[in-house]
Amino acid sequence: MENYPQLVPLMILIPSVGAFVNFFWGGRLGEKWASRIGIAAAALTFVVALFLLAYLTGSHNEAVVINPPLFDGWIRLGDTTVNIPWQMRVDTLSVTMMLFVSFVGTLIHIYAAGYMHGDERFARFFAYLNMFLAFMYVLVAGNNFLMMFVGWEGVGLCSFLLIGFWFDKKKGVGWRNSTAARKAMIANRIGDFGMLMAIFLMFWTFGTLDYYRPGEIANVPLVEELAHKAEAKAEAAAPAASEAHGGAETAAGEAHGAEAAGDHGPAVPVFTNNDHIPTAQLGVFGQAERMLAEGHTVSFGPFALDIQAVIVIITLFLLLGATGKSAQIPLFVWLPDAMAGPTPVSALIHAATMVTAGVYMMVRSNVLFANADLTSFIVTAIGASTAIVAGFIAVGQWDIKRVLAYSTISQLGFMVAAVGVGAFGAAIFHMVTHAFFKALLFLGSGSVIHGVEHGHHHVQHGHGDHHHDDDFDPQDMRNMGGLRRKMPITYWTYVIGTLALAGIIPFAGFWSKDEILADSWLAGLWGRTGLAQIGGFVALGVLLLAAGFTAFYMWRQVEMVFHGKPRTEAAAHASESGPSMTIPLIVLGVFSVLIGFVNVPAGFLGLSNLLGKGELVHFLEYTLVNVHPYVPEGGVFNPLIAFTALALGLGGIFAARAVYGRNRAVTRTGRDPLAVRPDTGAVWELAHARLYWDEIYMRLFINPFNRLADFLADVLDWRFLHDYLHNDVLVRGFNTVAEALGRPVDLGAIDGVVNGIGRVTRWAGSQLRGVQTGYVRMYAVTLLIGVVFVIVLLLLPLLQAGS
Amino acid sequence: MVPTDAYVMLSMVLFTLGAMGVLLRRNAILVFMSVELMLNAANLALVAFARRWGGLDGHLFVFFVITVAAAEVAVGLALIVAIFRNKRSINIDELSQMRG
Repeated sequence: MENYPQLVPLMILIPSVGAFVNFFWGGRLGEKWASRIGIAAAALTFVVALFLLAYLTGSHNEAVVINPPLFDGWIRLGDTTVNIPWQMRVDTLSVTMMLFVSFVGTLIHIYAAGYMHGDERFARFFAYLNMFLAFMYVLVAGNNFLMMFVGWEGVGLCSFLLIGFWFDKKKGVGWRNSTAARKAMIANRIGDFGMLMAIFLMFWTFGTLDYYRPGEIANVPLVEELAHKAEAKAEAAAPAASEAHGGAETAAGEAHGAEAAGDHGPAVPVFTNNDHIPTAQLGVFGQAERMLAEGHTVSFGPFALDIQAVIVIITLFLLLGATGKSAQIPLFVWLPDAMAGPTPVSALIHAATMVTAGVYMMVRSNVLFANADLTSFIVTAIGASTAIVAGFIAVGQWDIKRVLAYSTISQLGFMVAAVGVGAFGAAIFHMVTHAFFKALLFLGSGSVIHGVEHGHHHVQHGHGDHHHDDDFDPQDMRNMGGLRRKMPITYWTYVIGTLALAGIIPFAGFWSKDEILADSWLAGLWGRTGLAQIGGFVALGVLLLAAGFTAFYMWRQVEMVFHGKPRTEAAAHASESGPSMTIPLIVLGVFSVLIGFVNVPAGFLGLSNLLGKGELVHFLEYTLVNVHPYVPEGGVFNPLIAFTALALGLGGIFAARAVYGRNRAVTRTGRDPLAVRPDTGAVWELAHARLYWDEIYMRLFINPFNRLADFLADVLDWRFLHDYLHNDVLVRGFNTVAEALGRPVDLGAIDGVVNGIGRVTRWAGSQLRGVQTGYVRMYAVTLLIGVVFVIVLLLLPLLQAGS
Repeated sequence: MVPTDAYVMLSMVLFTLGAMGVLLRRNAILVFMSVELMLNAANLALVAFARRWGGLDGHLFVFFVITVAAAEVAVGLALIVAIFRNKRSINIDELSQMRG
């Protein structure tokens, strides 16, 4: 059991291998084996995650840091200046994330095997999904912000690849898909800028990026409290044993917990706090807490800032990163377009897992956010306004997946608002429940699209090939209706997902949404500052309203898609999807009912006696210092808020039934009933136009940017750099110099010398050829003269010497 | 004993006769014979000095010269025969194709 955490590198390794195999041999493996490998990789990670959970429950939820083999000292400069290890952290938060990511991921893999059947890039799809899982585990299992960033970018890359997966569809659809992919990439780059700035600032301030160093205790108050309890228990059980060691207790709180609790083993000091570790050896959060307590000042060269201000700046940058990845105002615009990807992608990446990375990051940084009041308020404001804005826009959409996309944005707004009011545990709880029911809804919508497409093909074949209706959109809810009888499994699971999302008791969404609302209320009542109190009440009010909207647009969708009569031939001939798709729906449906019970609040009809009080949040408390704002243990069930939310949810459903029910989901002219009514028409058109958000961005940022780019390209680059600098100055100047050098120097001097040598040689030769007469006797004379000459030369010195 | 000077004088006369023959005659065979004469003039001088100084070097040289001259005669006469076959003449003034 103690060795189980050593398995955590497998979380990354297994899907990487799966992705590798499918990348290189997927085409040859065929659909059956490609999908089996992908599914097996995902399922194995779930098994590993279960082992990690077993470790945590068996070791009092004690976090452990693992150094995977072969990755010793990932980034290291010198011995101490820069040392960013590749370490993985097994704690209650990361294991919670791994569990639901791998579970939902496995089901979506199974679903994708059916959904992607017959696609020409089937194996590549599974390779991408596995690669996504690997990066997601890097993100959640890393022990420092840089590893988180690696995973963060990796899942962004997979998101880009999968949104644009059908980049080659005909008739401009492929172009639209790839544009959507690029939009997601660019919006996320803006967020990543914030993330990077935050990482740089943290490194400058703390000199490390580790969350907590190995051996460091995350939640000191909790551990101390537990130690005291264990001590008291041991004292009561064996007073003598405790007395013997009583003197060893120090004022610093170094409780010898293990020794006190059990009498066996040598006296190894078990620390219940981090006071024995020097500040520089703590992780980011430990250092932040200590610096805040000491009133530290951070030097930035020419100026210095108080640690409080630095943390506000860091958290603001982190928030910018979160708004990109988790699709919050102002960067949420990419997520609705991301629905261009295949539906399993929308379910896995753009609903259940990747988009929650921003929330995970903020929850992981709870120490920083809890100590930055200004940021917390901004986080609350962004989360709440995103929740209501996206909920409002969702009412005006026709595309079945687009409604769910806005719903996802809205629910992410709930989580971000929860972070803002300090309810970090509730944010993760809502993330978990949301992963289940939103994946269920997306997969259900995929099943609907599949069924309607199938019906459309059926109709086309029945009528022969003359009625080519290629403009048919299987995602447009106007083309649906009455699918309840055609697709019963999809219908019932979809209704479960809808009720869970709408927050109807006892489905999962009720518990998690209520937790956020109750915590907002508490933050409003007991907030440390006026700002926090305002934030709490604003969050409560706005989120209640958003919850009403949620129920309304979801039931509108159910009415449009499943109830009433079929509005097209395609819908009339739709058929239920195969077991590969319906089984994941059923499993997710069951979990959408049950998963909320992992965190039942205290005092709810005695249910907490059966299931424990706030078990999930209590589990997370071992990792997160701040799980609840100002709450007694186990959370408080506030009937007033819970029933207000429930009433709003039911009210939304009944309102939607009243407007869209009884086969009036779409008017005869193909318009929304709300759009036709004079009192709601203008508002509905506003929602339908998505509040002109994209258009405003177009006008405010993209068009000016394009104009600036045009200006720079045309004037600066083309006219100045190319025409003037390059052509006029450089080319012409070079030509002039070359001309000047060419004629006199090259042609004159250098060629002259070479040609001159040639001419002289030829002239000399023509002069000398007369010597060669061809008469042997002439040569003989010459020879003789030469000999005589040489002899005279030899004899001359003798003659002179003789005279 | 005949003095060495006499041999040297005779050698000079023979050499001069040979040289004149080489320069003045047009018949290749006569030119060739004149060359032999010059060689033998040199041989005479060599043996005369060898006798004068009582060394063996001169004799040795002379043997070499005689041997080489014999080889030379063989090659030279063969050449002349070949030239004659081509040109039907052994007048060396007619062999001036290599004129520049």
